[in-house]
Amino acid sequence: MSKRIELKSLNVYYSKFLAVEDVNMVIEPKAITAFIGPSGCGKSTLIRTLNRMHEVIPGAYVEGSLTMDGEDIYAAEVDPVKVRRQVGMVFQRPNPFPTMSIKENVLSGYKLNNNRMSKSDADELTEKALVGANLWNEVKDRLDRPGSSLSGGQQQRLCIARAIAVEPDVILMDEPTSALDPISTAAIEDLAVELKEKFTVVIVTHNMQQASRISDMTAFFNIAGTGMPGKLIEYDRTEKIFSNPTQKQTEDYVSGRFG
Amino acid sequence: MATTFYGIQATATLPRWFSPLALIGSLALTTAMFVVSGFTDESGNLNLLAIAVLGFALYMIMTYLISRGVEGRRKATDRMVTGWVSAAFALAVVPLVSLAWTVFEKGINRLDAEFFTSSMRNVVGEGGGALHAIIGTVELTTIATLISVPLGIMTAIYLVEYGRGRLAKAVTFFVDVMTGIPSIVAGLFAFSLFLILLGPASAINGMAGAVSLAVLMTPVVVRSAEEMLKIVPNELREASYALGVPKWLTVVKVVLPTALAGIATGVIIAIARVIGETAPLLLAAGFTTSMNYNPLSEKMMTLPVFVYTSYAIQGTDAASYVDRAWAGALTLMLIVMLLNLGARIISKLFSPKG
Ligand SMILES: Nc1ncnc2c1ncn2[C@@H]1O[C@H](COP(=O)(O)OP(=O)(O)OP(=O)(O)O)[C@@H](O)[C@H]1O
Ligand SMILES: [Mg+2]
Repeated sequence: MSKRIELKSLNVYYSKFLAVEDVNMVIEPKAITAFIGPSGCGKSTLIRTLNRMHEVIPGAYVEGSLTMDGEDIYAAEVDPVKVRRQVGMVFQRPNPFPTMSIKENVLSGYKLNNNRMSKSDADELTEKALVGANLWNEVKDRLDRPGSSLSGGQQQRLCIARAIAVEPDVILMDEPTSALDPISTAAIEDLAVELKEKFTVVIVTHNMQQASRISDMTAFFNIAGTGMPGKLIEYDRTEKIFSNPTQKQTEDYVSGRFG
Repeated sequence: MATTFYGIQATATLPRWFSPLALIGSLALTTAMFVVSGFTDESGNLNLLAIAVLGFALYMIMTYLISRGVEGRRKATDRMVTGWVSAAFALAVVPLVSLAWTVFEKGINRLDAEFFTSSMRNVVGEGGGALHAIIGTVELTTIATLISVPLGIMTAIYLVEYGRGRLAKAVTFFVDVMTGIPSIVAGLFAFSLFLILLGPASAINGMAGAVSLAVLMTPVVVRSAEEMLKIVPNELREASYALGVPKWLTVVKVVLPTALAGIATGVIIAIARVIGETAPLLLAAGFTTSMNYNPLSEKMMTLPVFVYTSYAIQGTDAASYVDRAWAGALTLMLIVMLLNLGARIISKLFSPKG
């Protein structure tokens, strides 16, 4: 399943500091939405509000509304833990669990939640998730080796396998390829394109080519200056943003004439 | 464009055997000088310490001058610093080795089967053993560990994962204060506690001793567990939250296993610290010559107290008391060594593989 996410006048705070101001946008299902913009404009901050990871930081909170297929995920009775089960996340730095094997890492979404499953189910799920993350062929003979024994690119795909194994509706990726070589990057880009068949994919990237290659929609964020809140400047189809943006700031940024 | 790095090519280096040979040479030379000049004490012994110091000085001067001539200034300085650092290391290790050797040499006399199979009941003079003390030490340390490890680890988890604001600050402050408690105060605390609870007739028992050890051990466990939990990368916690794992399960299943090796090592070092405590046990657990397996009643002997009383209260056959004291000390040292070995094995087994 894949879900439509709607943000309405969303303000994101770190204690008193307003990091992102007044975001209104609709993130389409079965599509890749890219967040681009200069460093510090609040891309990571915003993407982390989509699975309520933002509030893990002491003092951090959100104003406004954020709905997923019409359901307000910030409603008082909603458990953030439940939200995170529906919205998977891949981080900038690969972070497999060092105490677990490759297989245990893939199944960690179940294991850590004390969900029992039969061995055959576990094997099946492991294979399915690893195939889904384009990693199966590389690791099928060493599933019991520690997850940290893989290369950086493989670790990142393991983290993707871990995220898709729990079958979420949405996958968030915060600069998933910034620590990887071009070949691993290409593998992950291909994977993102495959993932959008089933999930809503949101990706933060500093790589303009990457955004234009793989995303369907692009959101450009900017800040007026340090200490000022980040704002959504323009949000449109990717071709439009990269070929014919309405805002001058967007054009300057995507054409590299920024700052 | 080809560049020649003269700096790399041009310097000559002294051969590998230069340093050891120079050291042996200088020591031999100094010894020869002492012998020839008849510089000995009344009984004709050479002063080895003086030879070592003078020999080392000679070695340093010689090495510096030769190295400076052949290898240049940077290398010569390098050799000087290496020399000083090695000397400092030797200085730190010599007393340690000497101590271990003395305990071994004197303790081995009585390290026999009888020592491990009998108590001191009705023994005056030769024979007897420390079984009662070994049992006491094992039981008391185990109880102290059972009290302080869960308490300490849970406190550390609170401080690192949950604690915020005043309460956390207060807990940290108390842990700091407890770390500095003199061990005799911990003994007095346990003694008075049991005096209030059980009355003067039965206040002194194994449990009181264990409590005093636990008081000393808990802050050490808190501190080391806290350090270990702090170095668990935050990314792992976030990875777990992002999978929809609640906080408490994240702590139990991600944070603790990642830090387990370090925590286990810390615990064993904490045990090794308190296992040699004498003063609080003398006060709270008392001393006895008989077997006592029950920590809940009657006085209980422990190894450090055994060593102390054997030495301090020597009976008619003084030599056999002293021998037993050394054997007790050696046993204690062996136990601590085993514990350290255990710590290494545990940290090997539990540490994240990769
Ligand atoms: N934990 C935090 N506490 C307080 N302020 C924070 C925190 N994390 C980020 N910020 C602030 O929020 C603003 C947005 O940061 P954010 O990390 O979202 O930027 P970003 O767009 O992801 O930048 P980059 O491209 O460099 O990753 C910055 O001004 C930053 O200083
Ligand atoms: Mg970021």
